[in-house]
Amino acid sequence: MIGTLLAGKGIFFLTLLLLGIGMAGIIVCENYMKKLICMNIMQVAVIFFFLCLGQKNGGTIPVALDSVINAADYINPLPHGLMLTAIVVSLGTTGVGLALLYRIKDRYGSIEERDIIRRGKDKQ
Amino acid sequence: MTKNLPILIVLLPLIAAQLCLLLSKIHRHVGRWIVITAVSASLVMSVIQLLEVIDKGPVHYYFGNYKAPIGIEFSIDTVNAMILILICILGLLTCLFSNEFNQVSDETIIGGMNTVMCLLITGLLGMTSTGDVFNLYVFLEITSLSAYCLIAMGGNKGVVAAYRYMLVGTIAATLYLLGVAVLYANTGTLNMADMSEILNDGEYDDAMLLAMVLFVASFGIKMALFPFHGWQPAAYTHADTSARPLIAGAMGKIPAYAMFRYLFCVYGTDFKYFDYFLKVLGVLSVCAMLYGSIRAIGQKDMRKLLAYSSVAQIGYISLGFAIGTPVALAGAFLHMFGHAFMKAGLFFCVGAIVYRYGKFSLDDVGRIYKKMPLTCGLLVIAALSMVGIPPAVGFFSKWYLGLAAAKQADWIYLAVLVVSSLLNAVYFFRLIEQFFINEDRNLSQIKERGRIEASAWILIPVVVCFVAILALGLCNVKIVNILLMTLGEVGLC
Amino acid sequence: MLDFLAMNLRPLYAVALALTASALIYILGEHVHRNVREAITFAAAVLMAADVYSMIPSVLAGEEIKLEVFRIVKGISFTFNVDPAGMIFAFVASTLWILTSLYSVGYMRGHDEKNQTGYYAAFAMCLCATMGLCFAANLLTFFIFFEILTVATYPLVVHYRDEKGKKSGHKYLAYTLISGQIFFAAIVIIYVFTGTMDFVPGGFVATDTLPMPWACIVFFMMVGAGIVKAGVMPLHSWLPAAMVAPTPVSALLHAVAVVKAGAFCTLRVVLYVFGPEAAKACHGAEILAWMAVATIIVSSMIAIRKNNLKARLAYSTVGQLSYIVLGICILNPFAATGAMYHIIAHAFLKITLFMCAGAIFVTTHKTDITEMVGIGRRMPLTMTAFTLASVGIAGFPFFAGFVSKANIIMGAVEAGKPIYAATFVVSALLALVYLLPVIFIAFRKDVVNPEFAERGEANWRMLVPLLITAVVSIVLGCAPNLGFHLYDIATMAGNSIFGAFTL
Repeated sequence: MIGTLLAGKGIFFLTLLLLGIGMAGIIVCENYMKKLICMNIMQVAVIFFFLCLGQKNGGTIPVALDSVINAADYINPLPHGLMLTAIVVSLGTTGVGLALLYRIKDRYGSIEERDIIRRGKDKQ
Repeated sequence: MTKNLPILIVLLPLIAAQLCLLLSKIHRHVGRWIVITAVSASLVMSVIQLLEVIDKGPVHYYFGNYKAPIGIEFSIDTVNAMILILICILGLLTCLFSNEFNQVSDETIIGGMNTVMCLLITGLLGMTSTGDVFNLYVFLEITSLSAYCLIAMGGNKGVVAAYRYMLVGTIAATLYLLGVAVLYANTGTLNMADMSEILNDGEYDDAMLLAMVLFVASFGIKMALFPFHGWQPAAYTHADTSARPLIAGAMGKIPAYAMFRYLFCVYGTDFKYFDYFLKVLGVLSVCAMLYGSIRAIGQKDMRKLLAYSSVAQIGYISLGFAIGTPVALAGAFLHMFGHAFMKAGLFFCVGAIVYRYGKFSLDDVGRIYKKMPLTCGLLVIAALSMVGIPPAVGFFSKWYLGLAAAKQADWIYLAVLVVSSLLNAVYFFRLIEQFFINEDRNLSQIKERGRIEASAWILIPVVVCFVAILALGLCNVKIVNILLMTLGEVGLC
Repeated sequence: MLDFLAMNLRPLYAVALALTASALIYILGEHVHRNVREAITFAAAVLMAADVYSMIPSVLAGEEIKLEVFRIVKGISFTFNVDPAGMIFAFVASTLWILTSLYSVGYMRGHDEKNQTGYYAAFAMCLCATMGLCFAANLLTFFIFFEILTVATYPLVVHYRDEKGKKSGHKYLAYTLISGQIFFAAIVIIYVFTGTMDFVPGGFVATDTLPMPWACIVFFMMVGAGIVKAGVMPLHSWLPAAMVAPTPVSALLHAVAVVKAGAFCTLRVVLYVFGPEAAKACHGAEILAWMAVATIIVSSMIAIRKNNLKARLAYSTVGQLSYIVLGICILNPFAATGAMYHIIAHAFLKITLFMCAGAIFVTTHKTDITEMVGIGRRMPLTMTAFTLASVGIAGFPFFAGFVSKANIIMGAVEAGKPIYAATFVVSALLALVYLLPVIFIAFRKDVVNPEFAERGEANWRMLVPLLITAVVSIVLGCAPNLGFHLYDIATMAGNSIFGAFTL
């Protein structure tokens, strides 16, 4: 029973776990760099989830081959296309995040949340 | 000719954004004028688009002529055509307004700032017009990324606020993507109209429930709906002064519109848990209206005060969704337009004061009306409109919301509307009192630098917002009629 | 077409005139000489009065001047309609604006007030709102002007910009805004249940429109806004607090615009929205009448103990306004006529008293009654006017106050409510008790106060208006119908409401 569930849906649980780790990390971690890393983990989880949707047993990559004529023999290419975009977006977000981190380090001399809050109060 | 309007409206600012940074290298101000020209052109085209939509009904634009379920679609109806106009006007005003700031910075900062602002406008326009769920995600991220940059430009605290907003905003985007994945897994389509047809069969209620929970959380974060508003006050407060009106005026509204699209257009009243979601939204909006107003009462910083007031005002908009009748939806959208101008107008006024005197704290601006009578006069109109004093637009949106609430016998909503506007009155009259009555302890130190009023570039947006508040109020019937062309078919009846 | 422009747009002109004046004064502000500012006020006041007077014949002839300006919200128009009840209030407000303007000039100059631009602008705005109130043909239009009036009065209350002014400002806003918002909610409810907003003489709410306890609650939600402005106890406390404002403002608040707008709002709600039958069926009118009775007695008691002249007059206003409310709530044609006539009578009498108080203050800087011993020696004309107005307030025959009171008492007797009639008699005596001491102190012969030994009246700009109002109040008492047929108009209003009711 559990075996079939895991075989069929197990991957979903794994991505869910990854998503949970990412979100928890964003909330719990005190170091801004770690938060950024966790944010990436969270994004990757959704990308995995999407890719799982595109998979099917016995399908091949969605590149037109002469030997495979039936559409059912290919895996669904759309989630891959979408996730390509999502990866680019997440790359952009990470880039902005890193730039902001660089600025924070520059201005506050630290990327620990505690230091930043303290210094923010000092400046007032 | 008018066939390509939907895409041109979005495309022009996008191109301008690319050109802006490049051309800024030639001369500091070329880039800015490119942006202003592009946004004005978009504004003109959105007006033409609206007239066409009123005339002939909704317009669909298919990218590369791939028909609906396969290709990406832009669909324009009367509601989002009006929102397009709103975004263009606010974007244009903010661009003009920012002219006066950063005069001395080098071309990279000026060019970059305008590029980012233009990208923000592009993202908002795209989110509004698109009819494709994944496309919405892309535009959402364009909006968010450019907003992070604009907020980060507001100094030391701005960077931290932007970073925090980025983390929360990315969670929102991720949740949205997850919701899209759930819907896509069940329906196999990404087109909203197509998805709506498939979902209406009623087989997917549980998946829809899961997706909707994700959407409400995601758009809730983006529109700063209570209790997801945590990022918003810091972000609005510390954003760059010249970009703040656009961020505060337009950015929170478009996710609200997206939420409306999902709840009412994609899901529709046939959705099994529809009433349940309306209830949840209602509770959230009621909490937002009360919580935001109460927090705003305690603020000393004008920017924070206005930011918390935005939390409350977003509650009005979602309250309209929660009531769910066409009239309530029209009221919500009227409030969306009205509030965009009120809040942007207030932030323009605050910007004008900051530009002249560099003061943000309420304690430092006593009797400032003597120095800036026009700015302060308009600030009063915007503040009264927020409280809901006729004939400003705030009253009329409240009227439609209250009317719809009473028709549905949701007496609590009506009571909360009354209480919330009274709470609004408390802090807006405190603001007015500071500006007009209280003696300021530092007033003698406020030296006039040149003219007393702010310059024309700053006053134009202020005056336009003022006119818009009154005009929207007095012409509300026309606007509501236009809105009802589309809204008449959705929602409860 | 020309005829249409000249005739039918008249209510709009009255509103637009004051609005333009207000905007002009605010924009020109300190850039022009103060004479220009005052000239604008005067021009607007005179034109407005002429405009209002020109509508009286049409009202008397029973012609309808109805003007649908535009759609204000879906399903409801922004409409003006000149009816007898509105005409009475408009007559009072526009006539007294001229006199108060003249008086204001004297007061503000004599007292070297600051912030005069804001003062005149807000004053004109108040009048604009009042004109709108008078001619509003439906609840929504009425509410719009009602809220504008609330906001426009605020700068007048906090005129001195000091701590005390701020406190009364807060109090004023707290009372009026809360009641205004509740009024709004009630309007929404009424609209949902009846589907109409237009004022109808005799009301448009049927007795069974709302289930019983709710009918009464909605009645008080609506009428609440009116009685807060009219200062019916226990909602009166903003009114004495607002006494910190300059005297012309007090005169405006008490006699011309604000409290009268409250009384007028009560009139519209009770007789034009709910109508006698529904108001009676939900017991709202009865409860309100008893509140008014209590107010009349209690406020007179308080007035007796006040030493500050303006405060004493303020409590007198609280009581007098409740005459109007009581007159409305008796639900009888006589009483309603009397209530409407009392709007005129009280306006002229009370404004005389306030102008006298202001004139005393500007000339001698005295505010307390005990300090005014022998002041009649110095300002005989002022104090004569004060005496006349006091006697008028008490309701002596041949004064305007008598006509209105006699009508209300007749109505009370006819309606079989002798206690109400008795209230008026008691209150008249109390009015004498709190006003006569002022006169006795002022004209004391045995003590000669050296300060008041020489004759020295206030300057003519203040003296003339108060003499005019004193004379008018006698003329209206002797010949209620003289000139403008005001009594006829009041009777017409009463009959139009109760025509179906009594027959």
